[in-house]
Amino acid sequence: MDYIGNTEADNKDILRELGIASTEDLLKDLPQDRIIRQRLGLPPAASEFEVKTQLRKIASQNSSVADFACFLGAGAYDHYIPSTVPVITKRGEFYTAYTPYQPEISQGTLQSIFEYQTMICNLTGMDVANASLYDGATALYEAIHLACEHTQRNIILVAKAIHPEYRQVVHTYLKNSRIIIKEIPFLAGLTDLAALKSQLTDQVAAVVVQQPNFFGCLEPVQQLGAMSHEQGALFITSVYPVSLGVLQKPAEYGADIVTGEGQSLGLPVSFGGPYLGIFACRQEFMRKMPGRIVGESIDNRGQRAYVLTLQAREQHIRRERATSNICSNEALCALSACVYLSSMGAAGLRDVATASLSGAHYLANAIGRIPGWKINFKTAFFNEFVATAPGNIEALNRRLLRKNIIGGLPLEKYYPELKKSLLFCVTEKRTKTEIDTLVSILKENR
Amino acid sequence: MEKVIFEYHSQSTSYVPAADPQAAKKHIPVEYLGVEEVILPQVSEQDVIRHFTALSKLNFGVDNGFYPLGSCTMKYNPKINETVADFDGLAGIHPYAPEECVQGALQLVYELEGFLKEVSGFAGMTLQPAAGAHGEITGVLLIKAYHQQNHPEQKRTVILVPDTAHGTNPATAALAGYQVRQVKSDDQGDIDLDDLQRNLGPDIAALMLTNPNTLGLFEKNILEVSRQVHKSGALLYGDGANFNALLGLIKPAELGFDVMHFNLHKTFSTPHGGGGPGAGAVGTIKELTPFLPVPQVIKKGKKYFWKHQQANSIGKVRSFYGNFLIAVRAYAYFFALGAEGIARVGRQAVLNANYLKHKLENYYPVPYGRTCMHEFVMTPHHDWAVSTLDIAKRIIDYGFHPPTIYFPLIVHEAMMIEPTETETKETMDTFVNALGQIAAEAVQNPELLKKAPLTSPVGRIDEARAGRQLILKYEKGRDAR
Repeated sequence: MDYIGNTEADNKDILRELGIASTEDLLKDLPQDRIIRQRLGLPPAASEFEVKTQLRKIASQNSSVADFACFLGAGAYDHYIPSTVPVITKRGEFYTAYTPYQPEISQGTLQSIFEYQTMICNLTGMDVANASLYDGATALYEAIHLACEHTQRNIILVAKAIHPEYRQVVHTYLKNSRIIIKEIPFLAGLTDLAALKSQLTDQVAAVVVQQPNFFGCLEPVQQLGAMSHEQGALFITSVYPVSLGVLQKPAEYGADIVTGEGQSLGLPVSFGGPYLGIFACRQEFMRKMPGRIVGESIDNRGQRAYVLTLQAREQHIRRERATSNICSNEALCALSACVYLSSMGAAGLRDVATASLSGAHYLANAIGRIPGWKINFKTAFFNEFVATAPGNIEALNRRLLRKNIIGGLPLEKYYPELKKSLLFCVTEKRTKTEIDTLVSILKENR
Repeated sequence: MEKVIFEYHSQSTSYVPAADPQAAKKHIPVEYLGVEEVILPQVSEQDVIRHFTALSKLNFGVDNGFYPLGSCTMKYNPKINETVADFDGLAGIHPYAPEECVQGALQLVYELEGFLKEVSGFAGMTLQPAAGAHGEITGVLLIKAYHQQNHPEQKRTVILVPDTAHGTNPATAALAGYQVRQVKSDDQGDIDLDDLQRNLGPDIAALMLTNPNTLGLFEKNILEVSRQVHKSGALLYGDGANFNALLGLIKPAELGFDVMHFNLHKTFSTPHGGGGPGAGAVGTIKELTPFLPVPQVIKKGKKYFWKHQQANSIGKVRSFYGNFLIAVRAYAYFFALGAEGIARVGRQAVLNANYLKHKLENYYPVPYGRTCMHEFVMTPHHDWAVSTLDIAKRIIDYGFHPPTIYFPLIVHEAMMIEPTETETKETMDTFVNALGQIAAEAVQNPELLKKAPLTSPVGRIDEARAGRQLILKYEKGRDAR
């Protein structure tokens, strides 16, 4: 099947109107010997029914969080999504629209982004938020880029306890640039303050940490922020927005730029995407921000109305002098977050955060009491923690799968020193029964 | 106009079991906890649904009507794509689930990369970039890695872009640390071969080229362009924003492109989402494949695996593997159209655009008048007392989305129109009639156009005021009025 609307008769009428015999007559500018003449090596055309069957078959080869109790987190969280979210984001008026370049017929997108910006500011305590970036990793890179531009310094101190993939992305972007990245090691699960102090000079543009960090541990952000500012460096954090239902706002601990992965706000885990890059900062950096920003104004009838604003920062105006090259962002994911936060409200978000951290502490406590197992870091954590097994963890995770449980994430691949260690995550969706079943199987690992 | 969600007040609906409010204090030292409650809307489910439904009615999408936004390829977004993207076995898989749990997902990625290679002629492909511009930076970093690996002694510090290029091209080149130099277009609308020749030299890393270009014209000297670029030791980057014109018609690798991004949300029917999420797959010739981002999916026997280690890879450009659910939609599209359907796309898009151009030339000047590909650029008559902006706004009153305006920059008062292959002759005829009437209005009643749109939920918006007042979030009592 295809989605071409013209009948053969329509096309004949068009050809007649154009005074040509065939569409091929329109292709004379193309190098004729390069035009595809043979059948493409693609599957044969299929009906919608066959497409659905094929995708069902593919989907059935995957283990989803709908059928498995998932104890994986590490930047992708299995939180409950209220029914309101897909009902709204599946409206064609939203998802089949383009970037709101024509504000008179894009007020739906524009106002929802304005509301999203407000919610992100309220969650983080920052002055301004943009309309979204690709994901948590690229948002972190953009923050670093802004910090270097703003401070005109070229050293970045990045905590090693930040998500390994976020650090990899930052490295990719900054390789062979004038910016030098130095990684600050962790000690007992937290960024090593002494190591940080030894590297923190007046050439440092920013100190970058994650809160909670990759291990789920709560960093001493108040202290980290103060140390950064003492040397005139900016303090950048990457946050897990659901945690802000209970944790201190980044503004309260002195963050200058707040980034984060917004997937936890109403988006499914989706094998890693599409996700939502959160970016918010203090007023001072507003004109250096990357991405779209929506502002309020009035129309010629005196009504409140919304438009894309501060566009002089952007690539379509500023070209090679733009603050970023971003064009398409994750607007529909921002809409998901907006509907999610509107539905949950502050109380609902607090419940999600509280239930998640309570479940994680219950699990950590139970694992800590299994002979041979140990909880690696004896420090405050949110809903993730690292535990080390006495025996083979690959065999353990395979055994869990047979019981419809997806176990923790083996960490050795990312941190060679963390052998036999697993990162466990608990969200509000994990029941006591699921946690108890997990623990009973962990007990068999020796 | 609809209220802001914060202006509603009703009893919140609860979606998860209530948690013990003391639990956070029990487990987490108080210095980490928030002092005051976060300010979020407090509204019932009914109000949430009514609010966002009301907002949706203020929007215009492809589902609402003709959306001839040039260079954006606003083709129809098939509904089966949305249905399958919601399957639990696709939307509900964790990116770190063990490989044995995600064989279907890996198969889909592997096969979609294969489909894209087949229609582009490239040897390598990555689905990791989340958008077109993200694909551009990925591609330019591949070019940088290639030059550094193969001839580290050379100082290739400049990237060339034509004066018709999308803004993302120069922005991307600058982001990757290159200087940007502009190449002129000739009077035919093609890249000026003499100017290109003058600019090519040992300092040039690449030329970034969109083909068809943003005038909707096929670069008819493309083989000569790629020959010159390669002779100078530079590479040819393809901006795939306009690839819909060539889909099923010609493979970019056969034209001499070395690396190119593909907008799955343009060419492969995935929705634009009000500005995203899209996806920006990148294809490369064989010589550049060692530099592709990690991980790559590989197949051994009947099983699929992630290959994380690749010595010369540029690394990762995004967390995890890219916008997977967008890839799912593009896969469904390939599967539906198949070899037969894909072969028709580019040709039908070209036929539709030429029809529309032919009809609209009766009313509007088309500065580069030769046969176009999937889109074309027209302007108002210079003696009309109205601007392109006025015409665009008046188009809204006739029930259509306006074209892309004031781009490309080399055409004064440009209107860039792209109908795509999915629009019917009937729709295009209705559009032509409306544009004919607007042309008449432009002469007889220019004031009407200056006041347009009259039928939209809001009228023209004071953008300068937005930039001055800078109200970027809702604060009680603060209002642009």
